[in-house]
Amino acid sequence: MSTATADKDARTKSRKRPSAELPDKTLVGWLRDMMLIREFEIRTMQAYSNAKIGGFCHVYIGQEALAVGTIGSVNPDDPVITAYRDHGHALARGMDPGACMAEMYGKITGCAKGKGGSMHMFDKPNHLYGGHGIVGAQTPLGAGLAFAAKYEHEVMGKGGKKVALCYLGDGALNQGALHEAMNLAGLMGLPVIYIVENNGYSMGTSIGRGTTMSEDLTKKADAYGILGATIDGMDILNLYDHFKPIVDTCREESRPAFIDMKTYRYHGHSMSDPQKYRTKDEVEGVKQRDSIELLAAYLMDDRKAITEDDRKAIDKEVKAIVRDAMKFAEESPVPDVDAELYSDVYVNPSPGCSPIREYVKGAKNPLL
Amino acid sequence: MTAATTNGDRTIQFREALREAMTEEMRQDERIFLLGEEVAEYNGAYKVSQGMLDEFGPNRIIDSPISENGFAGLGIAAAMYGLRPIIEFMSWSFSLVAADQILNNAPKMLYMSGGQWGCPIVFRGNDGAGGQLGSTHSWCVEALFANVPGLKIAIPSDPYDAKGLLKTAIRDEDPVFFLESERMLSDKGHVPEEEYTVPFGKAALRREGSDCTLVSFGRPVHFCQEACDILEGDGITCDLLDMRTVRPLDSESIVESLKKTNRIVVVDQSWPFASVASEVISQVCEKAFDWLDAPPKRVNSDDVPAPYAKNLEAAFLPHAEKIVTTVRSIVR
Repeated sequence: MSTATADKDARTKSRKRPSAELPDKTLVGWLRDMMLIREFEIRTMQAYSNAKIGGFCHVYIGQEALAVGTIGSVNPDDPVITAYRDHGHALARGMDPGACMAEMYGKITGCAKGKGGSMHMFDKPNHLYGGHGIVGAQTPLGAGLAFAAKYEHEVMGKGGKKVALCYLGDGALNQGALHEAMNLAGLMGLPVIYIVENNGYSMGTSIGRGTTMSEDLTKKADAYGILGATIDGMDILNLYDHFKPIVDTCREESRPAFIDMKTYRYHGHSMSDPQKYRTKDEVEGVKQRDSIELLAAYLMDDRKAITEDDRKAIDKEVKAIVRDAMKFAEESPVPDVDAELYSDVYVNPSPGCSPIREYVKGAKNPLL
Repeated sequence: MTAATTNGDRTIQFREALREAMTEEMRQDERIFLLGEEVAEYNGAYKVSQGMLDEFGPNRIIDSPISENGFAGLGIAAAMYGLRPIIEFMSWSFSLVAADQILNNAPKMLYMSGGQWGCPIVFRGNDGAGGQLGSTHSWCVEALFANVPGLKIAIPSDPYDAKGLLKTAIRDEDPVFFLESERMLSDKGHVPEEEYTVPFGKAALRREGSDCTLVSFGRPVHFCQEACDILEGDGITCDLLDMRTVRPLDSESIVESLKKTNRIVVVDQSWPFASVASEVISQVCEKAFDWLDAPPKRVNSDDVPAPYAKNLEAAFLPHAEKIVTTVRSIVR
């Protein structure tokens, strides 16, 4: 076989890839979203260092392709739920960056009116059911979202077939909640996809020190009789090619899946992590396959969909968006203590719920 | 009037009252489903859901494996999504393995999401000593859980309230912990045919007296009734307030009664330290200190793990004799 034929075969084959069917506009949109998340997180780290952001803060740098590619594989009204490294999912789902940043600044204009913080990004209009702080606690909720969507469709005759995405870190693999949830999802045939954002470390514990069968996590899916797959989550095209068919299967056949998606975080677990558990060489090595660079190179060199100037324009655009988000967060007011401390505790606050004072209705959520 | 009189004769079991509440609400609202261990094919571990699978089918009456943390969380997300789950814990003792879901997620979702998502869900099941079940299976969770803002706790003492309060719980927009007692499920009482609900936060005055105010809820209301019978032999009469819900707490009714009797004893099946009784007495001291003619007293279960031996368990509970002794100690 000549080289030319081999190249032609490769191109033919590549056209058959699901990602090859996606229009340039979609892929350029993904590049933009990934660049937005990275810029957003760089500025988040700065704001944290400047004490504008408090509490725990976990940035998404390095993992951008994962949130953007998986969310890009489902419908806008499919329910999504994640853990506490959640800024990337919020932005990929379409949350206003200003509301996301303002939440971390503890401002009333934040997505949770400053009551949630970095780990609790909720966006009802975009069907993002949170950011959740307790490791693994979101996994039974993921099953519940799939259950409810299925119930709505089958029992109430409303809505189409939906699939729920439930993200978890590799640290959550060892929480009982996940195992109960996977068993329930398998038994009940729930269309939920558990996506392990396997960045290799739960805080400072490398995966092999925390879980069995870490070389092949799909065995855990086998244990519950559910669909399992391992996917490289750094290359967004590869991710989509392998993930989208699973989404379609889970949606059509109303069944769960469990995906070991390989990714990497470039920074520490949280802002206070000196990272003594890994070497600088390891981190630098991964950066050679940076997800943004991979997609940008494909769009410029293979697809010829954008030029270097276009990329610079996107970079300028996302920097402006994030700058505006910071300004918005900075200038927004803090929550009013009288109005907000005792609001959003009960939807229907009966008298006598607290011995201290009566609960009240607070300001309308800025996203609603 | 005639119809009401006829219906007034109808008596049913506590468990039937619970079933009627769920069944009637489910007929009106297809968002409601029942999920728990043995609720469907087994017809309920305590026969509360007997026959409901036949009427509503397996999509709405759903058996779960023994995975409290899993199915509690499943229900919470279903409630966020827009459904109205009723989650049955065979015993509230087993809810402890679901503590993260029921205490961290259900009551805090509204606050953490800045008002975007509430959690209209009912968790229900048996609470308190069931009868020689030993310490792990005899939990009274009200004191433990009442500490958490964002949830409501209802504890009926008779079939009428069981039905009326459960309907209110199912219709409520907030998470409700509904505490039943295995020891009362066969109790019979008057439940009218007509539609009714019992509101949260409104105590019922079960007996009227002038010497002491007895405050209780759930099964210990019956211990108080026994105590009142004995005390009347001594010429001591009590107001007996059945709180029906402990969060919200109808402290107004307590203070109103106290202003008449000037003495108060709170009877609560939880342990004494930081109990619901402690909270009631705190509120009484804050709101009506000047009306007290004697120290406010509490009668709780004894401050030990629930014992197995029949005589030890009987001694452990906040029984009538303890109540009588306590009332006598402050009524001279």
